[in-house]
Amino acid sequence: MFELNEDQLALVETVRDFATAALAPNAAKWDETKHFPVDVLRDAGDLGLGGVYAAEEYGGSGLTRSDAVLIFEELAKADPAIAAYISIHNMVVWMVDAFGNDDQRAEWVPQLASMESLGSYCLTEPGAGSDAAALTTRAVRDGDGYILNGVKQFISGAGSSALYIVMARTADTGSRGITAFLVPTGEPGLSFGPNEKKMGWNAQPTRQVILEDVRIPAANRLGAEGTGFGIAMKGLNGGRINMGACSLGGGQAALEKTVAYLKQREAFGGPLINQQALLFELADMDMELESARTLLRRAADALDRGAGDTVRLCAMAKRVATDAGFNAANTAIQLHGGYGYLAEYGLEKIARDLRVHQILEGSNEIMRLIVGRTLAED
Amino acid sequence: MKIVVLVKEVPDTYEARKLDSSGMLARTASELVPDEINERALESALRYQDAHKGTEVVVLSMGPESTVKTLRKMLSMGADSAVLVEDSSLAGADLVRTSAVLAAAVQREGFDLIVAGNESTDGRGGLVPAMVAEHLGLPLLPSLDTLEITAESVSGSCAIDGGTLVVNAALPAVVSVTERSAEARFPNFKGIMKAKKKPLAKISLADLGLSPEPGARSTVTAAVERPVRAAGTKIVDEGQAAQELADFLAANRLI
Ligand SMILES: Cc1cc2nc3c(=O)[nH]c(=O)nc-3n(C[C@H](O)[C@H](O)[C@H](O)COP(=O)(O)OP(=O)(O)OC[C@H]3O[C@@H](n4cnc5c(N)ncnc54)[C@H](O)[C@@H]3O)c2cc1C
Ligand SMILES: Cc1cc2nc3c(=O)[nH]c(=O)nc-3n(C[C@H](O)[C@H](O)[C@H](O)COP(=O)(O)OP(=O)(O)OC[C@H]3O[C@@H](n4cnc5c(N)ncnc54)[C@H](O)[C@@H]3O)c2cc1C
Repeated sequence: MFELNEDQLALVETVRDFATAALAPNAAKWDETKHFPVDVLRDAGDLGLGGVYAAEEYGGSGLTRSDAVLIFEELAKADPAIAAYISIHNMVVWMVDAFGNDDQRAEWVPQLASMESLGSYCLTEPGAGSDAAALTTRAVRDGDGYILNGVKQFISGAGSSALYIVMARTADTGSRGITAFLVPTGEPGLSFGPNEKKMGWNAQPTRQVILEDVRIPAANRLGAEGTGFGIAMKGLNGGRINMGACSLGGGQAALEKTVAYLKQREAFGGPLINQQALLFELADMDMELESARTLLRRAADALDRGAGDTVRLCAMAKRVATDAGFNAANTAIQLHGGYGYLAEYGLEKIARDLRVHQILEGSNEIMRLIVGRTLAED
Repeated sequence: MKIVVLVKEVPDTYEARKLDSSGMLARTASELVPDEINERALESALRYQDAHKGTEVVVLSMGPESTVKTLRKMLSMGADSAVLVEDSSLAGADLVRTSAVLAAAVQREGFDLIVAGNESTDGRGGLVPAMVAEHLGLPLLPSLDTLEITAESVSGSCAIDGGTLVVNAALPAVVSVTERSAEARFPNFKGIMKAKKKPLAKISLADLGLSPEPGARSTVTAAVERPVRAAGTKIVDEGQAAQELADFLAANRLI
């Protein structure tokens, strides 16, 4: 478990080659110009990044979650914002692949896995974030279809995606009254809010998804009525460790840049790396990142095996890794002195991008809630 | 159609190349990777294969056991099978020996077309493709910037002083491509997972009916690292610059 096998080494090398050539040289520009590089995402699709752990049957890559955390760490070293969007897209593809019927899988998985089409995950609402089971978007049965009404908030990829998985209420029975729907773009009544101005993740759009009397056929229901919340949460297990892996990659890149910088930056009569106070900071960054990496691999392994403590381990790994990654990026800014604060050195972008990983896909408070509850329930 | 691509494993050129104490290239000083020029050679073959199902693409290398990694990468990009000629007596083989062994190996394998890089990025002579063609008694189209393969022939263009040569040959033939030829694809995840199930044959000199002999007939007597670049001459224009420039060029026989 602690050593990568030959296949994993080859996967990581390929992702590194791709990320170094296609993402890294453009990351700063995309951030500055708020450009969502859908053409590069299509190239990522050719690699197999669109459906990393979707089955091969309909065009997924058929890899494991343990492979996925390695892949997302490597992608994020080049650009955490793009890596994180690819993770969200993968969550969507996997949900269709795992819970869809053959018709739904045949229609959506091939175009999503190749990233010719993009996907968005629509759970959060203006009035329901952490408490997602309180969502109020409604789906009302209407003959052979459903009519959807409501607003989804903070939706990554919205406006560019072809497929929106919308969690909507079909009954007033709390989390058991929620159903997942496949809403294709272009449906009458489906519209998007403006691209939010935000601290980081500028290379991918975040918008409201507005549903006004959107009528979709019943065949677009993903799974049975009332199973939507479970589907959404199962998607998030993988999403959380991927997001942790994205933080790990960003933090690792920040650490490596900082080591190189302190070796060549001279002050007080020698290279700054000779200052033990700074060396200890580097050691702490390394230790926190490595601990996070270890826990991520363990959580991914649990998810691969379908182990009983998967939810707990994924929550732990998400919290530990997203905190470690952000802390490493923030410390990297500090250790670069004034240069760390300049956009040119690329560190403040890493910190801005990683900051939101502590908030979304279940905030880090919610991760503690999940872990704490398992303690209290025992 | 069967295309054999000749592949060499080289130290990654992103890192500085170093000589070892005997004056030979220190191959372990940086990560070993498939020579980029061979990835382009493979790309040319794969493009033909993409358009013509049933085309067989074989990658062939002479090198130590570690070359398996490079061959696996080429398999993950899409080659169908790989052959490694491995024999301890081949360590340090020179151009003459290398081309004789490669020619024997491609003959054993069978082919319609052989694609190689025009010259490798590490220790290079740029002659292996020509020597292989000579051994096989086949035409060589050297240093192609573009390459077009048909069922019966191969053609392409290569840059020469002051122009472009458009050349073609009937198959079977040997071609070499330059770094201006087809940009290589990335292997994809499915290719990587499939690569380990594809055939990779290791053959020895005995399998080729060759007897071990010294790898090199030539001996390296001395080798020096390229000298560090010295600062160039700076001419500041104080009214005489044109004259000084002309003198400089003339003194160096550049005009
Ligand atoms: C850039 C961006 C992209 C996003 N992309 C998506 C997307 O693609 N799809 C999607 O569905 N959502 C997305 N989100 C939404 C994200 O998942 C939510 O913002 C997140 O779940 C938090 O919800 P909230 O913002 O409503 O905060 P709130 O739930 O209002 O929480 C406010 C604060 O209170 C804390 N808190 C809440 N409840 C508790 C509790 N019980 N105990 C302790 N602390 C608590 C929270 O941790 C937080 O610190 C995105 C958000 C952002 C910023
Ligand atoms: C937006 C901005 C505005 C500024 N405005 C001004 C201004 O108006 N006027 C002006 O004069 N300057 C200004 N500065 C410069 C600022 O004061 C310096 O950036 C700051 O003093 C740090 O110096 P440095 O960037 O060279 O970092 P360095 O000195 O190279 O330090 C790098 C890192 O090493 C640490 N370090 C250095 N030496 C030691 C040591 N002996 N022991 C332990 N740790 C050490 C530092 O704390 C830092 O973490 C500005 C900087 C910024 C970013």
